Amino acid sequence: MRETDSNAADSARWAMPVVLHINGVKYDLRLEPRVSLLDALREYVGLTGTKKGCNQGACGACTVLVDGERITACFALAVQYQGREITTIEGLADGDSLHPLQAAFIASEGFQCGYCTPGQICSAIGMFEEFKRGEPSAVTEPLAATEFALSEEEIKERMSGNLCRCGAYVGIVEALREVFDREVPR
Amino acid sequence: MRQFAYARAENTETALQLIARHQNAKFLGGGTNLVDLLRENIEQPDCLVDVTGLPHAAIEALLGGGIRIGALVRNSHLAANRMIRERYPVLSQAILQGASGQIRNMATTGGNIMQRTRCYYFYDGEARCNKRVPGAGCDALEGFNRMHAILGASDACIATHPSDMCVALAALDATIRVRGMGGEREIPMVEFHRLPEDTPQIDTHLQPGELITAVDVPALPFARHSLYRKVRDRASYAFALVSVAAALEVEDGTIVNARLALGGVAHKPWRAVTAEHVLVGATANIETFKAAAAAELKPARGYKHNAFKIELAGRTIVSVLQSLLAAGGAP
Repeated sequence: MRETDSNAADSARWAMPVVLHINGVKYDLRLEPRVSLLDALREYVGLTGTKKGCNQGACGACTVLVDGERITACFALAVQYQGREITTIEGLADGDSLHPLQAAFIASEGFQCGYCTPGQICSAIGMFEEFKRGEPSAVTEPLAATEFALSEEEIKERMSGNLCRCGAYVGIVEALREVFDREVPR
Repeated sequence: MRQFAYARAENTETALQLIARHQNAKFLGGGTNLVDLLRENIEQPDCLVDVTGLPHAAIEALLGGGIRIGALVRNSHLAANRMIRERYPVLSQAILQGASGQIRNMATTGGNIMQRTRCYYFYDGEARCNKRVPGAGCDALEGFNRMHAILGASDACIATHPSDMCVALAALDATIRVRGMGGEREIPMVEFHRLPEDTPQIDTHLQPGELITAVDVPALPFARHSLYRKVRDRASYAFALVSVAAALEVEDGTIVNARLALGGVAHKPWRAVTAEHVLVGATANIETFKAAAAAELKPARGYKHNAFKIELAGRTIVSVLQSLLAAGGAP
C-alpha cells in the first residue's frame, strides 16, 4: 500500500495537463511527461486499437496518423502532440461502414492474428498520401521523377516499417494494391 | 523510465535559457532515439526542452547555389524536397535508405545528427560499456561485434555512428550551424562527430548548452551525379553494415573531382580523404577505384565477427564508383 501511495504522490507531482485531439474528440488529460502517445491512447483514453508490439520503434504496430502523417506512437511523448489531430484505427470507419482498407484486409486475408493490422492500415493510409504527393522511396527510379507507379516493390519498401509475425504479407500487399488501384489506376 | 520535467520552447532564446538553467536537461526533437534511450534508462535527464516548435523548419536556397536545411526539417520532408533530389541525390537516397516511413516523418535533421550508437552493449544495462559508464570496459570487443567499427576505433570503444544522412552530408562538405548563449558558430560536418579514443562517452564536439539550428550544404555542381549505396542484413529498415556516399566528376576519362564517405564503419561518418587523393587526377577505371579503396582501408582492423566488413567496404566503394562512371561521370 505504502508503495502505491508514494507512486501516486510521485505521479501527481510530475503530471501536467495535456489536451489531445483524437479522432475528432478533445480529451483533457493529466499525464506525466514520460507517458508515450501509445500509452496515453491505450491506458488513459481507453483506445486500445493501437497496439504495443516492440515498444522500441522496430515493429510499427503502434502506427497512428498525426495531421495525416504516419508516426510510431511508442516514440512519441504524448505531451508533444497537443494541438495536433491524431487519428487511430478507431477513427477510420464511418459508423458501421468500414474504411476501404479495413474491408480490403478482410477480403484479402491481410492478417492472421490481427495484432499488427491497426498499424498496417494506419501506415498504409499515410503511405498512400506520401505517394500521392509524389514523395520518392528508396526504390524510386529515377529519384527526381515527378510521376511513377506504385509498384509492388514500392509498396513493400514503403511498408517496411510494419512487421507481421504471422507473415500475412501477400494478403497485405494485395489489400493495399486493390484499394490503391481503385483510387489511382496503375 | 525515470520521471522528468517537460518544457516546450517557442523560440531559440528561450530554448537556450531553459537548457542553461537546468543542470541535467536535454533538447527533445522527434524523439525517435531519445525516447528509446529514456525508456532503457540510458539517458536520465531531469528535464526535456522540446525544440520542435522552433522556427528552424525550412529548406532555403542560399546565394551561390548552396542550401540551408533547418534543424527541425523532418527527414521525410528533406528527402522529398525537389532541390535536394535534383542537386544532391546522394542525400535523399541516404535518408530514404534509413529507418522507416513512420520514423522519417518524426525524425529531425538535428536529431538525426545527434542520434547515438545502436551498439547492443551500449543499450544493454547489464553489459560493460565505456560510452555508457566511462571506465567500465567494453563488452563489444570480445562480444558479437558484427555491426561494429573497422576504422578509427580504440580499445575503449568500437561502436559505430548509425546515421545514413550524416554520411551523405560528410561527402557533401556540409557545415553545421549551432547556437549557444555565447552566440553562433559553424562546425564542419566532418569535424562534428569524434573518434572514441579513450573518451567514447563524448560523441561530438557540440558544447553543453549548444543547439543545432541548421545544416548548410555548399554548392557542388557535380553532386547532381552522386549515389548512396547501403549494404545491410535485410533489404529495408536495418542499420548499415557498410554504406558508401560518393560523387564523381570525370572529364576525358580522367577523374577531376571525387567525394567519398563511408557509413557503418566508424564512430563517425567516415570521409574517405585518402581514397579521394588516389582518385583525383587518375584515370577513371576499375583499377583506380580498387587502388583508392585499398588505400583507404589499409589501416582498417577487423574483430571476430566483423572482419568481413573490410572486404565488403572495398567492394562497395568500387561498385558505387563503377555505377557513377557507367552513368556518365558528369552532371
